[in-house]
Amino acid sequence: MADQRIPFATHAESTVLGADEIILNMGPQHPSTHGVLRVKLRLDGEKVIGSECVIGYLHRGVEKIAEHRSYTQFAPYVDRMDYVAAVSNGLGYCEAVEKLMGVEAPLRARVIRTLLTELQRIASHLFWLGTHALDIGALTPLFYCLREREEILKIFEKYCGARLTTHAFRIGGLQYEAYDELEKDVERFCQPFDKRVDEYESLLTENRIWVGRTKGIGILTAKEAIDYAASGPVIRASGVKWDIRKAMPYAAYDLYKFEIPVGKNGDTYDRYIVRLEEMRQSRLICLQAIENIPTGPILGKVGKVLKPPPGEVYHAIEAPKGELGYYIVSDGTTQPYRVRIRPPSLINLEAFDKMIRGHLVADVVAIIGTLDIVLGEVDR
Amino acid sequence: MALDNDLVKRYKERFGNAILEAWIDRKQAILVVAGEQLAEIATYSRDDEKFDWLSDLTAVDWPKREKRFDIVLNMYSLEKNERLRLKVQASAEERVPSVQGVWATANWEEREVYDMFGVVFEGHPELKRILMPDEWQGYPLRKDYDILTQDTAWVRENLGIESGQ
Repeated sequence: MADQRIPFATHAESTVLGADEIILNMGPQHPSTHGVLRVKLRLDGEKVIGSECVIGYLHRGVEKIAEHRSYTQFAPYVDRMDYVAAVSNGLGYCEAVEKLMGVEAPLRARVIRTLLTELQRIASHLFWLGTHALDIGALTPLFYCLREREEILKIFEKYCGARLTTHAFRIGGLQYEAYDELEKDVERFCQPFDKRVDEYESLLTENRIWVGRTKGIGILTAKEAIDYAASGPVIRASGVKWDIRKAMPYAAYDLYKFEIPVGKNGDTYDRYIVRLEEMRQSRLICLQAIENIPTGPILGKVGKVLKPPPGEVYHAIEAPKGELGYYIVSDGTTQPYRVRIRPPSLINLEAFDKMIRGHLVADVVAIIGTLDIVLGEVDR
Repeated sequence: MALDNDLVKRYKERFGNAILEAWIDRKQAILVVAGEQLAEIATYSRDDEKFDWLSDLTAVDWPKREKRFDIVLNMYSLEKNERLRLKVQASAEERVPSVQGVWATANWEEREVYDMFGVVFEGHPELKRILMPDEWQGYPLRKDYDILTQDTAWVRENLGIESGQ
């Protein structure tokens, strides 16, 4: 039925299907779409020639909720966006409100924030590595990755009682004082951790199947990455050496030495290498941080009721997935007038169509995995 | 605080009256520009001022104002390590020029602004809802959009009870 018109797709050149073309619907209930992502694929045989992402299944209206809560009340909600990296979300929000109010957290608070956020980055990358490898067919790394992630979650649990939606920070500083053995626990985790990253590498880096499934798949050039405003490991794997922790330091990142790993080809393999190296660098930051946690108060001078003066602020941090930005407008009352959250997952996912074209159906899962999206954050 | 540095001067020289206001808030530079010229100003920002990376595009609703929407573009320059915010004011009926031809990333963000605020972007290839279902009525992030009304209607229709709240 060549004359039948089937409307389709974001950038599809034509809405008329060719004789060999079919539309394949993937998700929203699909094990390798990492949540409720639906992808409409336009296929020629097994080759993908167009795609459209359908999102919004997990939309909870977080930005609308924010307008009906006080600044303090809204803080726990941000944990539920990127639920595998809740600490980072909390850090971004608290710092944005602090900037809006013109206060700064004390040094002790900032150092502990940095420490926990870096642990969270490792946990997030570990979870990514395990599931990404699982998607591509390597079952083993998942067990190792979750074993290590568990140790980090235990540290979080000891610190604040929660493992995932931690609400670890408070506007102006920390929610809780660090527990006594925090340094020891972090050190116990960090010391053997680089050997463990080597172990993951020994499972994957030179594995023929892994290399075959990831090298040259989903290439995003530096120019495209900038055009699509990709951020985090995705843009760095394309060769753009840019990390907000270095470019515009926040928390206590200016105190520590670390490298920004970059890739060359911008393919799935490079993004894997970049994330593994980031875990090693995060480990170094954690080790530097526990060497000297300054004493002092954990909460700055903020009132019980927060009333930031009218105005607006955009504050972005380097979350595990990329630039997590908060644009907050205050009208001088106790509730934010507008909170806009710039989720890295959503913006990175936008490049999906560009990356998948010309590849096979099996590569769809590799590319969704390599973008490291969390649907809670995509849909908010 | 009014802003009058070299950057603003260059913009004013180039676009004259299209640069309506410039100020600095919490050390962040903000330019309010005329909506008709947004696409040209965006292209100039990307190519000449090197704001090549569009962080974010969003909107804010001020219902009491005659032009109720602020379209807000947060730009970042990878080369200069600097941020700049462009703002365009628009009324509910007005069409705002799309910038998705300047930064590909704006495509979904403009769709989201359309979805949430009902702002129509002129020249967008496929302006449709992105987060809400296609058949959704109203624009959720407008200030006059009541969360309870919509929720009750949905609950009545789908669950057959009076209210979910």
